[in-house]
Amino acid sequence: MSKLLEVKDLKVSFNTYNGEVQAVRGVSFDLNKGETLAIVGESGSGKSVTSMALMQLLASAGFIKDGQILLEGEDLVKKSNKEMQKIRGKDISMVFQDPMSSLNPTMKIGNQIMEGLIKHQNMSRDQAKKRALELLHQVGIPQPEVRINQYPHQFSGGMRQRVVIAIALACNPKVLIADEPTTALDVTIQAQILELMKDIQKEIDSAIIFITHDLGVVANVADRVAVMYAGKIVEIGTVDDIFYNPKHPYTWGLLGSMPTLDSTDEELYAIPGSPPDMLKPPVGDAFAPRNEFALEIDTQMEPPMFKVSDTHYAATWLLHEDAPKINPPESVMQRMQGFANTGRKDGDK
Amino acid sequence: MSKEKVLEVKDLKKHFSAGKDKLIKAVDGISFDIFKGETFGLVGESGSGKSTAGRTIIRLYDATSGQVTFNGEDVHGKKSKDQLRKFNRKMQMIFQDPSSSLNPRMTVLDIIAEGIDVHNLAKNDTERKKRVEELLEVVGLNKEHATRFPHEFSGGQRQRIGIARALAVEPDFIIADEPISALDVSIQAQVVNLLKKLQKDRGLTYLFIAHDLSMVKYISDRIGVMYMGNLVELADSDELYDNPVHPYTKSLLSAIPLPDPRYERERQRITYDPSAHDMSEQAEFREIKPGHWVRATTKEYEQYKKDLNIK
Repeated sequence: MSKLLEVKDLKVSFNTYNGEVQAVRGVSFDLNKGETLAIVGESGSGKSVTSMALMQLLASAGFIKDGQILLEGEDLVKKSNKEMQKIRGKDISMVFQDPMSSLNPTMKIGNQIMEGLIKHQNMSRDQAKKRALELLHQVGIPQPEVRINQYPHQFSGGMRQRVVIAIALACNPKVLIADEPTTALDVTIQAQILELMKDIQKEIDSAIIFITHDLGVVANVADRVAVMYAGKIVEIGTVDDIFYNPKHPYTWGLLGSMPTLDSTDEELYAIPGSPPDMLKPPVGDAFAPRNEFALEIDTQMEPPMFKVSDTHYAATWLLHEDAPKINPPESVMQRMQGFANTGRKDGDK
Repeated sequence: MSKEKVLEVKDLKKHFSAGKDKLIKAVDGISFDIFKGETFGLVGESGSGKSTAGRTIIRLYDATSGQVTFNGEDVHGKKSKDQLRKFNRKMQMIFQDPSSSLNPRMTVLDIIAEGIDVHNLAKNDTERKKRVEELLEVVGLNKEHATRFPHEFSGGQRQRIGIARALAVEPDFIIADEPISALDVSIQAQVVNLLKKLQKDRGLTYLFIAHDLSMVKYISDRIGVMYMGNLVELADSDELYDNPVHPYTKSLLSAIPLPDPRYERERQRITYDPSAHDMSEQAEFREIKPGHWVRATTKEYEQYKKDLNIK
């Protein structure tokens, strides 16, 4: 597979009154053509900031401190704002969480879709309108001829998100970043939007970076998964690696804290405490204070990425050859085994 | 079930007028009972009326018609100040958004003690403070937190403050309206564990309103599914997940993504088509199996029964 996007040691910080907040502290990953990479983590883990940095849409206090973002070999960090404008919406585009606030309430949705087409592809208004109708049809909006002249408030939440997806797809982007695109939607609508995104990905062969905290959604859409904690990727691997053979205690915690449909009365495995303050990132492994399996070295030295397999890496000292052998907590183990015997029985059989 | 009924909801309706001639039937005739010590889950999509139902039960809204009986007393209807105060003490609510449900200009001490003050539960300031400190510890915060303001806390901590406030007046019954939706996964588990522990220690009864079905299944003993202002199905949580009968429940269940990639690759989504229902008569809420209720017409009822027997 060819590497479409390479992120190398990306560091993003924000200047605040209290000092420098290190939101992203050295993130590296690749994205291949046509694949979906899910980035998961809690709020404040840096997943959204990473995606904003890729688009160079950081708030004015934020800046890329270090690192490279190579899109087909070209470093986006070095691009000027003007050059970025030509890339945004064309090569990389984005679907945001809240479709109401990402659409312009005073513009007809047709014009909002056509904007990018006219700017990036030098289409005439007529051509752009034709393409906009096609796009609306493609994202499953009924009666596109009528809908194209309506305003965002005339659409339901799910329909609005379809419009946002249509805008993002208008120029057949190479990379689509979806930042919690279904979090604000109901489960049934969420299922529709996820199906839509997968279908469209097959059609136009974009790579998708899917940011979410919902592990169910991740299992549904992702080819590969990166787990972020405190501004770093702590574990990365294929979706099967992460769900069936997780190695990092934080990933264990995330998986354990979600109830399955067969879960019984036992307590959920909750990760104690709360994420660290990124004004003063902790020395050593940032997860150590919340980690019941923390070793002494965790408080002194940051763990490097250990290789588990060709596709699977995790940053935890537990993988060091001198580390004691530790099994994931009981509930996570059970879950992994339960999964191996394939999901729940279906209600409608 | 021979358990004691805490709450009885009978044909509860709440309609909102939306301008001339327009009526929004947010809740349109729902009935259910909640027994002592259980957790009753209410699920449905946004707009299904689940939050309105919760708010009407606690008398934040006046009911359009129908009856809510709490511990044998009618909740709606005329009440003296004293009666209302007594009622308010026994039923409390935890809200979805922990930042907008806490007054930003009050300290945590005053927020939690507000109920204690209203109901004169503390004789003097020392006792008041002591009670608040105890409550903070119960919900997993420190007593040092009492002098701080809500903005100094994280979302999970704020939700704990909301829980402490609800507990302050020693209620029997708590309505939790999407208490964990605004929280991160790892924090959700903490709050859910806390709610479960409190239930065990204090014998609380919960009405748990949410759209996250896996969490509802986990916390609830029985679950009611709402669609467009109506309850469409009600059953023990295992029964509901194992043998869903109503097509809407089936579609809702089939839409939940589970954290299991292999299952996800094979999951088939069922779509719900409201027009596929039998329209020949008004659907009614019927008991199809002991404790398992479904909204159906006579014809559908027979059909559903057949479906269940085959399984």
